[in-house]
Amino acid sequence: MHTRWKERSRSATRLVTQLALSLFAVLGSVALAQAANIAMVSGSVGNDLKTLRHFVAEFQKKTGDHVSIVTMPSSSTDQFAQFRLWLAARDPDIDVYQTDIVWAPQLASSFVDLKPYVKNSLADVFPMILASQTVGGKLVAVPMFADAPALYYRKDLLEKYKKPVPQTWEELAATAKTIMAGERAAGKSRLWGFVFQGAAYEGLTCNALEWMRAEGAGNIVEKDGRITVYSDKTVKVLDMARGWIGTIAPEGVLSYQEEESRGVWQTGNAAFMRNWPYAYPLGESAGSLIKGEFDIAPLPAGAEGGIHAGTLGGWSLAVSRYSRHKDVAIKLVEFLTSKAVQKERAIMSARLPTLKSLYDDPEITAKQPIIGRMKASLENAVARPSAVTGANYNEVSADFWTAVHNTLAGDGSAKDNLELLEAKLGRLKGAGW
Amino acid sequence: MKMRFLKTAGFYLLVAVIIVESVFPFYYAVLTAFKSGNAIFHVDYWPTSFSLSNYAAVLTQGVFARNILNSLFVACVTVALSLVLGTTAAYALARFRFGGRKLLLFAILSVSMFPQVAVLAGLFEVIRALGLYNSLWSLVLSYLIFTLPFTVWVLTAFLRDMPRGLEEAAIMDGASPLRILVQIFLPLTAPAMVTTGLLAFITAWNEFLFALTFTSNDTQRTVPVAIALLSGATEFEVPWGNIMAASVIVTVPLVVLVLIFQRRIVSGLTAGAIKG
Amino acid sequence: MAAGFAGHLSAILRGRRFAVLLFLTPMLVTLAAIAAWPLIRTILYGFTNASLSDLDAARFIGFRNYLDTLTLRSGRTVHTGLLADPVWWQAVWNTLRFAAISVSVETVFGTIIALVLNQRFPGRGLVRAAVLIPWAVPTIVSAKIWAWMMNDQFGILNDMLTRVGLLSHPIAWTASPDTAFLAVLIVDIWKSTPFMALLILAGLQMLPRDVYEAARVDGVSPFRAFFDITLPLIRPALLVAVIFRALDALRIFDLIYVLTPNNARTETMSVFAQQNLFSFDKFAYGSAASTLLFLVVALITILFVTLGHLDPERET
Repeated sequence: MHTRWKERSRSATRLVTQLALSLFAVLGSVALAQAANIAMVSGSVGNDLKTLRHFVAEFQKKTGDHVSIVTMPSSSTDQFAQFRLWLAARDPDIDVYQTDIVWAPQLASSFVDLKPYVKNSLADVFPMILASQTVGGKLVAVPMFADAPALYYRKDLLEKYKKPVPQTWEELAATAKTIMAGERAAGKSRLWGFVFQGAAYEGLTCNALEWMRAEGAGNIVEKDGRITVYSDKTVKVLDMARGWIGTIAPEGVLSYQEEESRGVWQTGNAAFMRNWPYAYPLGESAGSLIKGEFDIAPLPAGAEGGIHAGTLGGWSLAVSRYSRHKDVAIKLVEFLTSKAVQKERAIMSARLPTLKSLYDDPEITAKQPIIGRMKASLENAVARPSAVTGANYNEVSADFWTAVHNTLAGDGSAKDNLELLEAKLGRLKGAGW
Repeated sequence: MKMRFLKTAGFYLLVAVIIVESVFPFYYAVLTAFKSGNAIFHVDYWPTSFSLSNYAAVLTQGVFARNILNSLFVACVTVALSLVLGTTAAYALARFRFGGRKLLLFAILSVSMFPQVAVLAGLFEVIRALGLYNSLWSLVLSYLIFTLPFTVWVLTAFLRDMPRGLEEAAIMDGASPLRILVQIFLPLTAPAMVTTGLLAFITAWNEFLFALTFTSNDTQRTVPVAIALLSGATEFEVPWGNIMAASVIVTVPLVVLVLIFQRRIVSGLTAGAIKG
Repeated sequence: MAAGFAGHLSAILRGRRFAVLLFLTPMLVTLAAIAAWPLIRTILYGFTNASLSDLDAARFIGFRNYLDTLTLRSGRTVHTGLLADPVWWQAVWNTLRFAAISVSVETVFGTIIALVLNQRFPGRGLVRAAVLIPWAVPTIVSAKIWAWMMNDQFGILNDMLTRVGLLSHPIAWTASPDTAFLAVLIVDIWKSTPFMALLILAGLQMLPRDVYEAARVDGVSPFRAFFDITLPLIRPALLVAVIFRALDALRIFDLIYVLTPNNARTETMSVFAQQNLFSFDKFAYGSAASTLLFLVVALITILFVTLGHLDPERET
């Protein structure tokens, strides 16, 4: 009995010593290596995710730090809700957030000011894009790649009916009507004039904002905080759009998001489509019914010489205030948004860079010509009022798209819906945004 | 005579209906869980195959095994805490008269009638302040809202029914209250503690809303949330075979537990209700 | 000597009293921290414009979440807020309707099962065990199992009803707005009837058997015996069971969320509140909704308790 105890205590001591030694070794190596483990959350899927992993692997090799990519379900509304929840809960598990252009300003209080770390490249970034991620002088996220929509048109149909590419929305409506009438008479009963994103979601805010800015009808909320969403001009704009439903656009457009409208377009059932550049290579892919028959142009302007407005989109990278490895997180952000990486990304996946100088780069122009063509659209892009409305943007946008959707669906007149919207936004604003 | 026969036959028919109605859904889940591949999409009322592929899939892909451990951890710790806090409080409430006791008891009981969502916002704030978001401890803490009132109430009723003179001798000897509780009452309350412990375990095991709100990664989730969120390779695919397998894995132990402790559970439920 | 003894005893008791009351503290502190305080915070949030985007920047806005009046440029006034929200009132209606129907049906079915279990017959233990199974199955699991059984394409329910001829074509039970409510009712009734049955059975088992003997001798039919003798005697047990179930039904969340998400016909007050709190960015609005739900439940509890003359310390 006694010897057994002695034996046991001896082996226990041995075990403890071994444990202590290995612990020492681990701690020692950790102290030496100082390699950090950070997590980045990204909602990217498919090709974008592949590209991201490629660059993250490069970063890891360079710095020795480890980055784990947390993927999210595809619905962007769910992504944002989850980000908001994590940050509200002060969760330190996520260090870097990949944010859609309108998200970071809403969550500004939870992100680190990145201006001091990207000082050198600031001048090269498109001013509009930079401004969209700046809240009260603080740069809440560094733009990674940009996005701007275009007007897709059917070359063959325009040729057939001898029409030029429409320069104004009124022209587009007229041309679409002519084409539709002609094609339907010829037996193509499923052809529509124009498809866009009319579902009650953020995409509708983009579409409607484009119509308004084209006609010079204001930006919903101006940079100085004024609410300009209810005026004779805005009423006229929504009445015009209402007129499209059922005539040149199918009733179903009221439930279309990007993919649904692309579905109608790519099967050859629309003369015009408003969508993001991603639809271009898909339309040119093998098996597409419209391969070689279409092209893109800037979105139409307004009748009185307004601007060819496309809503600014894109993705940026933000660093969480609650991160335990802010320095490594910031390094990752710097890397992923650097000129070299943006150039490689542009060539790999045709994602629009945020740096002006890259648009003159001969290599990019040679390998991905579409990028050069989108430069003008980017320069003329309009930004949603997310920076000025800050944390309230989500509700502002939701109220706006509800008013637009109701009008398009015939639920109340444009005048009534916009008047109510103005009062709601006024209440939301209170004394100041 | 015929009347008699019809009555008895009718009675047993009713019994059969009751049994089938109660058991059939679970039986069907077990049936489905043992089917593999496309056999699931064929409706069968009797077992046709015996494949363990769904079980293997649900336990090896993803983190379901880890989810089970999470639930186990949370439920056990919740039960332990409820019993410790509940027994001490019940002792005070049962064996002592003091002003406002009835009101206090009623107030404690009223906590169990709070809608979960009514404390959700405030609890979220508490959890974030304590830095417990996404930790299993946030769940342990939150579940005490349901388990404590019930435990206190049942144990108080139980202790109150015990004869007056039990502790007098010990008091005379100058024993401390803690000693009295542990040495005299604890052994006697053991059956009631088993019952309330069981019911608390089942409540903690099944809880959904708090688990959904306070945890965010797959590795931290508990079983109910994991099953609710089980998804297939694409957005549109629903892996029914896996879901049924997971359901069976999670339910069989509970059913066994409930069947073994039938009497205790029934008496616990009714004591809680009837004595109040 | 006796007086001295009594004084000595009471001194001990007084000291003991303090020590024992200290036993209450951990439990009370815990409950205060995780129940009382969060409830107060939720109620307070209902009076602010809190948003998850920046919880600390919440500003006090009074009753605006509950009822607010907007004056439009043209002079027209419009009401917004919870009390003017048709979605909220639909949720209230759904909840009340659900609670009323489910509790009534569960009471009737529960009484039948309890009456059966109260008889002595071979296999009674088996029946009691079988009846406990729906109660033992976790709520989420029952939701999933029934969702599978009610699947519009591969579900056994559609199959059964079609074979028997009650259905001409498969119904999408949980998706179709007309049947979603029925689907939720079916699952809840399946799940909760055992609980009712057990409580009523407990009440039945406490009834004196000689009353029935006397009634049988007098030639009273079983039906009359039930309504005139049994029912009045188990009234307290029945009432308790009904109250418990009603409170649970009013607060229901899990089943609706998992079985029929995003369905306006089944959305209950709890689901409405949770969605506003965490899915839509309307944290303050959701808090206000939670507060109203709490008030409704509290009111009904008080009503039941005073009507049923319940007393937490009454011995049965």
